[in-house]
Amino acid sequence: MFARNSALVFSPQWGQVRNMATLKDITIRLKSIKNIQKITKSMKMVAAAKYARAERQLKPARVYGTGALALYEKADIKATEEKAAKHVIIGVTSDRGLCGAIHSGVAKTIKSEIANLTGAGKEVMVINVGDKLKALLHRTHGKHIMLNCKDVGRKPPTFGDASVIAAELLNSGYEFDQGSVIFNRFRSVISYKTDQKPIYSIDTVANSENMGIYDDIDADVLRNYQEFSLVNIIYLALRESSTSEQSARMTAMDSASNNASEMIDKLTLTFNRTRQAVITKELIEIISGAAAL
Amino acid sequence: MMAARLLRRALPVLRQTRCYAEAASGAPQMSFTFASPTQVYFKEASVKQVDVPTLTGAFGILPAHVPTLQVLRPGVVTVFNEDGSSAKYFVSSGSVTVNADSSVQLLAEEAFPLDQLDIAFATASQEARCYTVSSNGGSQLFVLKRLSKAVQAARANLEKAQADLAGTTDEAARAEVQISIEANEAIVKALE
Repeated sequence: MFARNSALVFSPQWGQVRNMATLKDITIRLKSIKNIQKITKSMKMVAAAKYARAERQLKPARVYGTGALALYEKADIKATEEKAAKHVIIGVTSDRGLCGAIHSGVAKTIKSEIANLTGAGKEVMVINVGDKLKALLHRTHGKHIMLNCKDVGRKPPTFGDASVIAAELLNSGYEFDQGSVIFNRFRSVISYKTDQKPIYSIDTVANSENMGIYDDIDADVLRNYQEFSLVNIIYLALRESSTSEQSARMTAMDSASNNASEMIDKLTLTFNRTRQAVITKELIEIISGAAAL
Repeated sequence: MMAARLLRRALPVLRQTRCYAEAASGAPQMSFTFASPTQVYFKEASVKQVDVPTLTGAFGILPAHVPTLQVLRPGVVTVFNEDGSSAKYFVSSGSVTVNADSSVQLLAEEAFPLDQLDIAFATASQEARCYTVSSNGGSQLFVLKRLSKAVQAARANLEKAQADLAGTTDEAARAEVQISIEANEAIVKALE
């Protein structure tokens, strides 16, 4: 007797047990999606404003950065393959998400670079700019991480930020021969591309063959020049990355708002159908009750 | 008569030697880029000459200058345009690169046109122009007073920095104070 009672109480939890959604459930769901749509719309507005400012500030920063890279291109500076044993990678992202594939793109490029370099027997260390990159890399490539920068992305990047990063790299004691900065280069409002720019150590530049044509350079001047150049390249990467991030966030929030609108339309139709079904059911009950009398 | 005939014979010779001036022969144009992190002043522009203050001394760069790399010190950069006009800028620090193809990249950490440095002077000269002629002598004095105020501000910073130098012993702090002394000295010199 007892056993049967308890067996009757037990209802199966596996397999789908779905009840018809009540009006109340649909109303709650509709309200929450409408709120989400409001939030994504306002995030899109904010991202659009930040993007406009970032793009305006990117123009002089680009001229500045390409000026800094001009030496390496014109003098065609390359590190000799055997000597370049120690590499450094600076990955530039930010702290905040909801911006599409920005962070994962940079992380993917860094992971493949690390794989290539360790496969060729070179030593690699990574500097993370931004918490998102740290979260993506630290589980699998934790032992390659040298430095983490946080509080990135809230305010537009300044030359001072770039110089702090460069100072930490130079003071860290890691004597790298060559390196690269991996960031998202801004192409247009709807597109960006993950890009790499090279950085060289002082020794590599000094020993490069084409440096002989540059007149009257002593070690001190070259060191100052190289340090300044490093800051310039990091600054360019920070600016490009910030502009790409804001434009990607704008696009992502825009499509989120559109998806939310679609869901609201569908749910409203379901709501109306359910409401009519409830009314019909009540009518049937009333009529069949009256007919029973 | 003889003199005239001589002159007439001499003239054709003169006409032969006279010809249009040749364009700058072969010497490539200088492609000059001058920028700070927040502003671009010249982008691949063609200018005649640029004077830069560097750690090893001030020098002027003309097209076809020998390639070199230099680091800037606080001071005034003068750019001479093709049409002869010149523009002055105050730079705090940075680097200058002269490449083999005669392109020059002047990257300054902070750069301002010189007339932005003594804004007090600029506004004062505006006001002075509104004064009537009768107070011409007075307005000159007024303008001079304002200019001297800007120089005074720079001098005050300089004195404070020199006083700090005497007080600090820490290496890094010393270096910072010395940099500020150098910068203020350059500002004072630029304004005078």
